[in-house]
Amino acid sequence: MYSILKKEVAHFFSSLTGYLSIGVFLLLTGLILWIFPGDNNILDYGYSSLESFFFMAPILFLILIPAVTMRSFSEEKNLGTLELLMTKPLRDIDIILGKFFAALLLVMFSILPTFIYFWSVSQLGAQEGNIDSGGVWGSYLGLFFLAASFTAIGIFASSLSTNQIVSFILSILMSVFFFWAFDMLGAFPLFQGGIDYFVQQIGMNAHYISISKGVVDSRDVIYFMSIIIVFVVATKTVLESRKW
Amino acid sequence: MSIKVEQLTKIYGTQKAVDGISFEIPSGQIVGFLGPNGAGKSTTMKILTGYLNATSGKAFVNGLGVEEHGIAVRKQIGYLPENNPQYLDMYVMEYLNFVANVYHLPNIAKRVDEMIDMTGLAPERNKKIGQLSKGYRQRIGLAQAMIHNPNVLILDEPTSGLDPNQLVDIRRLIVEIGKEKTVILSTHIMQEVQAMCDRAIIINQGKIVADDTIGILTSKDKKRLVIEVEFVESVTKEKLLSVQGVNEASQTKGNHWKLITDKNEDMRVRLFEFAKNNNYTLIKMQQQEQSMEDVFKQLTGK
Repeated sequence: MYSILKKEVAHFFSSLTGYLSIGVFLLLTGLILWIFPGDNNILDYGYSSLESFFFMAPILFLILIPAVTMRSFSEEKNLGTLELLMTKPLRDIDIILGKFFAALLLVMFSILPTFIYFWSVSQLGAQEGNIDSGGVWGSYLGLFFLAASFTAIGIFASSLSTNQIVSFILSILMSVFFFWAFDMLGAFPLFQGGIDYFVQQIGMNAHYISISKGVVDSRDVIYFMSIIIVFVVATKTVLESRKW
Repeated sequence: MSIKVEQLTKIYGTQKAVDGISFEIPSGQIVGFLGPNGAGKSTTMKILTGYLNATSGKAFVNGLGVEEHGIAVRKQIGYLPENNPQYLDMYVMEYLNFVANVYHLPNIAKRVDEMIDMTGLAPERNKKIGQLSKGYRQRIGLAQAMIHNPNVLILDEPTSGLDPNQLVDIRRLIVEIGKEKTVILSTHIMQEVQAMCDRAIIINQGKIVADDTIGILTSKDKKRLVIEVEFVESVTKEKLLSVQGVNEASQTKGNHWKLITDKNEDMRVRLFEFAKNNNYTLIKMQQQEQSMEDVFKQLTGK
């Protein structure tokens, strides 16, 4: 697994993929939070809160993570190098996890610099350090789980097709579906009276919001872990289907 | 036995790609795996490397079942897939380091240098794989297959698309390796089998149609003989066919004739007598050895 992880990370930073995705993420969040006037501008808003960042980050990840993961298996399948990897003494799961953690690492590199936003806002508080730290750390944890889930979905989508564009679009569709669709469904009158809660709980957004409150509920953690495991196992099944 | 295959069958949907083939290869042999396109060569190789599972039957490498001991088997074989897939945006050194890393080799830098020397990659070592010619890419393919010093090498069309000079180099390299290792290689080029292999397995439509040493295969056809003759005078077909033992005569060019004759007697004496009695001047007479190409055509032609 480690050798694959190393190869993937090296690829991210020897091609433009790595710099571009980190750069775009930081540029957009930076501009919207600090420069462009509007509701999302922290300085205009005037409250010591990072809420607009945690609202915006998932939307950016919905595009950027599929862009990072789309080549992971599609390209290997297309070039035929997947056969090369799979006839080396590597288990299928080593290859999948190597690629998963490499992409996740890249996402982490894009999140880490945003701690500066956290520090800045806490410095700007009416009293220095006056910020809901628990909420922010919770939100970061939620964002991490969300990113990991999107990555697992992206890797899975990439294993389905030899065409990177198809993988990219499939991955966005599936991520959007799991992130928002159940919130929307829950709003239908059909699910009135208690059922809407359970429908919304199937989607990621409800769990993301729940973790963001700063209380780490084991149900949310288990939910995200399950999503990741389901998509990793699904990817493994797709790779094994060559043998059927 | 380095490789042992028992009643191997692979079915894709309704199509039988490999149909109950069995063979054994002792260590230290170079075996040519021949057959027309779609005969099941690559499929058999993919099963041996554990990339595909057989529908039924078993394959063993060094006594280990390929399906049950996937990882252990893959440590002992080096594999060059068909079309030699590679990461085109990786550097030669980077790629070989990666492969060495996958095999958890000790002293990676030294081993990579050894492989680069062995396969003659030194002048291109700092280039990207995508910039290299097909011949050099093929060397990289061989280098990655041999970097962990496996005792079984499975090479799927290792010489396809090479120019004659590169061909000679790669062949020499494979023969060199084959002195110590078991090599199974597939190819369409028959001279190559005659030049490199100790033994040939010919498969057609998923079945083994011949499995013998090259010497036996090429002398197997005991019934007919091909003799080329040339006369100064023009000779009619009827005249030639009147010679006892000549079954077919075809004019190739001018007074060149290709005769297909019985093999049991020495036809050359009779043909010489024929020329003498009819006052023809015989200026060329050549008995053709049967080539692997003829054997291949006979066994796999429709």
